Amino acid sequence: MLRFILTRVSLVIPTFIGITMLAFFLIRLVPGDPIETLAGERGIDPARHEQLRKEFGFDKPIFVQYGIYVARVLQGDLGKSLITQESVLTEFNALFPATVELALCAIIFALVLGLPAGMIAAIRRNSIFDHGVMGISLTGYSMPIFWWGLILILLFSVQLGWTPVSGRIDVLYYIEPVTGFLLIDSWLSGEEGAFKSAVEHLILPTIVLGTVPLAVIARMTRSAMLEVLGEDYIRTAKAKGLPWFRVVTLHALRNALIPVVTVIGLQVGVLFTGAILTETIFSWPGIGKWMIDAIFRRDYPVLQGGALLLGIVVMAVNLLVDLAYGLINPRIRHNR
Amino acid sequence: MKKSALLAAVCVPAFLAAAPLAAKTLVYCSEGSPENFYPGVNTTGTSFDVTEQIYDNIVDFERGGTKVEPGLAEKWDISEDGTVYTFHLRKNVKWHTNKNFKPTRNMNADDIVFMLERQWKEDHPFFKVTSPNHSYFTDMGMPKLLKSVEKVDDYTVKITLNQPEAPFLSNLAMQWAGVQSKEYADAMLKAGTPEKIDQEPIGTGPFYLVQYQKDAIVRYKAFPEYWAGKAKLDDLVFAITPDPSVRWAKVQKGECHVMPYPNPADLDAMKKDPNVTILDQAGLNIGYLAYNTTKKPFDDVRVRKAMNMAMNKKAIVEAVFLSTGVPAKNPIPPSMWSYNDSVKDDEYNPEAAKKLLAEAGYPNGLETDLWAMPVQRPYNPNARRIAELMQADLAKVGIKAEIKSFEWGEYRKRAQAGEHQTAQLGWTGDNGDPDNFLNTLLGCASAQSASGSNIAKFCYKPFEDLVSKAKVTSNQAERTKLYEQAQVIFKEQAPWFTIAHAVQLKPVRKEVVDFKLSPFGRHTFYGVDIKGK
Amino acid sequence: MTAETMDTPAVAVPTATPPHPLREFWSYFSANKGAVAGLVVIVTVVLVALLADVLAPHSPYITDTTIALKPPFWQEGGSLAYPLGTDAIGRDILSRLIYGARLSLLIGIVVVAISIVLGTVLGLVAGFVRGVTEILIMRLMDIILTLPSLLLAIVIVAVLGPGLMNSMIAVALVILPHYVRLARAAVITETSKDYVMAARVSGAGTLRLMFKEVLPNCTAPLIVQASLGISTAILDAAALGFLGLGAQPPSPEWGTMLADAREFVLRAWWVVTFPGLAILITVLAFNLLGDGLRDALDPKLKRS
Repeated sequence: MLRFILTRVSLVIPTFIGITMLAFFLIRLVPGDPIETLAGERGIDPARHEQLRKEFGFDKPIFVQYGIYVARVLQGDLGKSLITQESVLTEFNALFPATVELALCAIIFALVLGLPAGMIAAIRRNSIFDHGVMGISLTGYSMPIFWWGLILILLFSVQLGWTPVSGRIDVLYYIEPVTGFLLIDSWLSGEEGAFKSAVEHLILPTIVLGTVPLAVIARMTRSAMLEVLGEDYIRTAKAKGLPWFRVVTLHALRNALIPVVTVIGLQVGVLFTGAILTETIFSWPGIGKWMIDAIFRRDYPVLQGGALLLGIVVMAVNLLVDLAYGLINPRIRHNR
Repeated sequence: MKKSALLAAVCVPAFLAAAPLAAKTLVYCSEGSPENFYPGVNTTGTSFDVTEQIYDNIVDFERGGTKVEPGLAEKWDISEDGTVYTFHLRKNVKWHTNKNFKPTRNMNADDIVFMLERQWKEDHPFFKVTSPNHSYFTDMGMPKLLKSVEKVDDYTVKITLNQPEAPFLSNLAMQWAGVQSKEYADAMLKAGTPEKIDQEPIGTGPFYLVQYQKDAIVRYKAFPEYWAGKAKLDDLVFAITPDPSVRWAKVQKGECHVMPYPNPADLDAMKKDPNVTILDQAGLNIGYLAYNTTKKPFDDVRVRKAMNMAMNKKAIVEAVFLSTGVPAKNPIPPSMWSYNDSVKDDEYNPEAAKKLLAEAGYPNGLETDLWAMPVQRPYNPNARRIAELMQADLAKVGIKAEIKSFEWGEYRKRAQAGEHQTAQLGWTGDNGDPDNFLNTLLGCASAQSASGSNIAKFCYKPFEDLVSKAKVTSNQAERTKLYEQAQVIFKEQAPWFTIAHAVQLKPVRKEVVDFKLSPFGRHTFYGVDIKGK
Repeated sequence: MTAETMDTPAVAVPTATPPHPLREFWSYFSANKGAVAGLVVIVTVVLVALLADVLAPHSPYITDTTIALKPPFWQEGGSLAYPLGTDAIGRDILSRLIYGARLSLLIGIVVVAISIVLGTVLGLVAGFVRGVTEILIMRLMDIILTLPSLLLAIVIVAVLGPGLMNSMIAVALVILPHYVRLARAAVITETSKDYVMAARVSGAGTLRLMFKEVLPNCTAPLIVQASLGISTAILDAAALGFLGLGAQPPSPEWGTMLADAREFVLRAWWVVTFPGLAILITVLAFNLLGDGLRDALDPKLKRS
């Protein structure tokens, strides 16, 4: 097991270096320099411009800049945002929990609805329910979520007034960040109504972000279940007279979960993409919005640091998914 | 963890829950996160709105106006020749307190000197802290203007200038000159974290910062010991909401009380809402299309005039600004002194435009580029849409315009270098002086510099003479006359198609009392009250 | 999964008198009502795109501020002259949607074409050459997959400058790894098979092997991936348009239309609703088609 983890981690290192290079050089290819972008209408005179370039270290050859950057990263220093002068790590830590909270809720939402829907659809193959689930999930899978978000706001927040329009919590609640996860923090704060408010604010973004994973999970569960239900050992179990429910949940689902877990792992990247759009629509203070802003303002350190940290997160999740296989299905041994 | 959560949930609520209801809280739906809490290096209104509540200046603009009134300085003397300013400071000004720092003294002359030297002297230990780019300080010409800044005694500061400068006091009232605590700065420098003073700010202003979460919230509480008396509000909250439609939805639902920059499309609904008042005021700004007067065919005044007549300004402004802008005929806004209302705008007349084009040697029309900024600006809600409408109008007189755009920083740089034939741009006034428009945007010096703001590259002697004469004249009545003439020449020469002056509109909920619009587009919440729910 | 798909259609025909493969394919395909519906929608969209000049009641570009923001015909104030209403500067939404169909199809086809060609070549190279080349290619693909695709696409567009063509390139690059992986996996399974061995023994060159022997045998999964890829491409390009980085106004690209209309979301629901609906329907149709193709080409599901 340990050896497996070590092998996996060593495989990850080149990818990791690649990400630092990609982020570093790609953002520098973007036309327009951050100093000019900061200046606005009034512009900046050449002498000051030069002085600032020196200050930020942009006057050095690009490979030297990269070397300095990597050396700093290895010491755990991701640099400071050019715009706010705040350390990248601090900003990431302040914003990332919001994204994680949203993403986790979306995945849970997708699992809670998707797994049973897919299971039932598989069991009742070709029933109306099956066709319904497949139709809806394919629609969900085809959904332009930026539009979906707008439509939901229009309907539920504006027309019906059921949910708040945007943000993470009613601003009247003063919640001291402890964990950064507002659901937990608002609960800890004990302020009356704070937790409820946090939940209400989460509903629409969760639905929007969870739509695509929900569709994928429902479809995947269905096809995995179909496959498993056709296997001999299920027939055997049935023949042995085990209760049908037990067969389905204990034997079939367990094996059907393997591809589903893989898919969840793959959905992490998709989730971040979705998070960028969802956060834009709901003014959700997470890293998606942060990184988009960084691109538009040519905030090099933020973009480099953000890409790196996101890369780490995605890789870590993939590793966890690999490990999860073993837990679900002991037949898979990690002894390569 | 679980246990303590439960414990907290059970024991604390009754005690805490009462607090938010009793306090007077005003929620302002702001449009974005501040860059940081040091106004000296910031350039955006968004950032200034945040620091405005925390810091005071030596002198201030009156709330809702452009008149300079006492701030941290009770009174001041100006020498005969206009080069020496002596400020007499208030003696009872207290600093805020935060978890890192407890002030031991009141605000004094050291703090004023610190504010100026930090931005001025490159060897000052704080010059480079946060950022060495003190934009406004440089833009206002301070490095060249200041000769010396001296502390005479604890409550007297003497500033000597190299030459007289009429707008100097107004410049000091601008937000870049917010005063920070030198004692706090020294303490943080000693602790090895000088940047803390710009991240966890200590000011003398009416509100102190309680919490800041990027892209989510800025939370203040009224400073009970504020020198001019505690604010009427108890709590002030900025709910950061980038999308204008969402801001409006929040105001509608009462989640916010005041919002800036409404979406023009939502104005009709806003006007109908009985819970909301819309305050409006013409802003100190201008949006325009500049013709590059050094490039063919726009070096010919007839072509420029023909363009002006070919575009239906009224329709453009109505369609894009809706009611958030008024068509502009002069390069300075109507609320500014010396605005010449007798100037007649070029009328919309495609036939006459065609004739004029033919006269200028383009009977079959011509081709040009038409630059549009990629971003929304305070003076122009949608440059691209304006360009589309202009393109359609121009096509009718045989001018084929190709819309071009670049990344924003690049756009401005290229326009300043004069790469365009025609380009949209605009300006927001800094200190309320016409020189800040007419000379900065249309003067020769600015045309010849690659970093100047005169993107029409307009350098016309009669105009230049008037404007430079006005700059050194101290008599305002005389200056007014000169500027009025300059506007007439401007219209004759037509270096710009003046598009519109954006009107600042603020939807404010009815329970908000005495919120005043500032011509500078500031949001000041001291003096504002809110009626109980 | 790829391994099994490989067996199509040459091997998996157990019946005594094999029907023509196309015919067999059609019988499977047409049994899937969803897929047929998808196909019908796609054919309609293609026709609409081709006949845009005839079908569109108005020009998609002509602005007329006097009729701005007219609602659809069934609402008060709407008229049949502008069946789906007009946008903020008085352009007919229906006409813009019709012309937009061209762009969306173009985007789908161009993006998929770029990524299939490039992806297949890279995949084949990786699968055949192995060694350092393979490692380099596959690592690069891993990196691309690790970063959130939209983020990467945004940066690429930022580098190239916003615009329709550049956004297509960006989307193509971002979805490239899927094709590379598919092609490489196919090559690796195929090369271990007897017929390739046989060809190799009989002296066929690598290039010949790549394109003459192996490539035709991985077309089935590629076709399926392509039809699904078109839907991804349309969605991603629309997302870029929505963020203001795709096709630039006044282009009637659907995502761009949405971005342009966003500020009117509270005042004029139709300017926001219809472009989004158009995207949804088109993407859904391609996904239905892709599903149908997969089922028809996948022997495993045929069995059950």
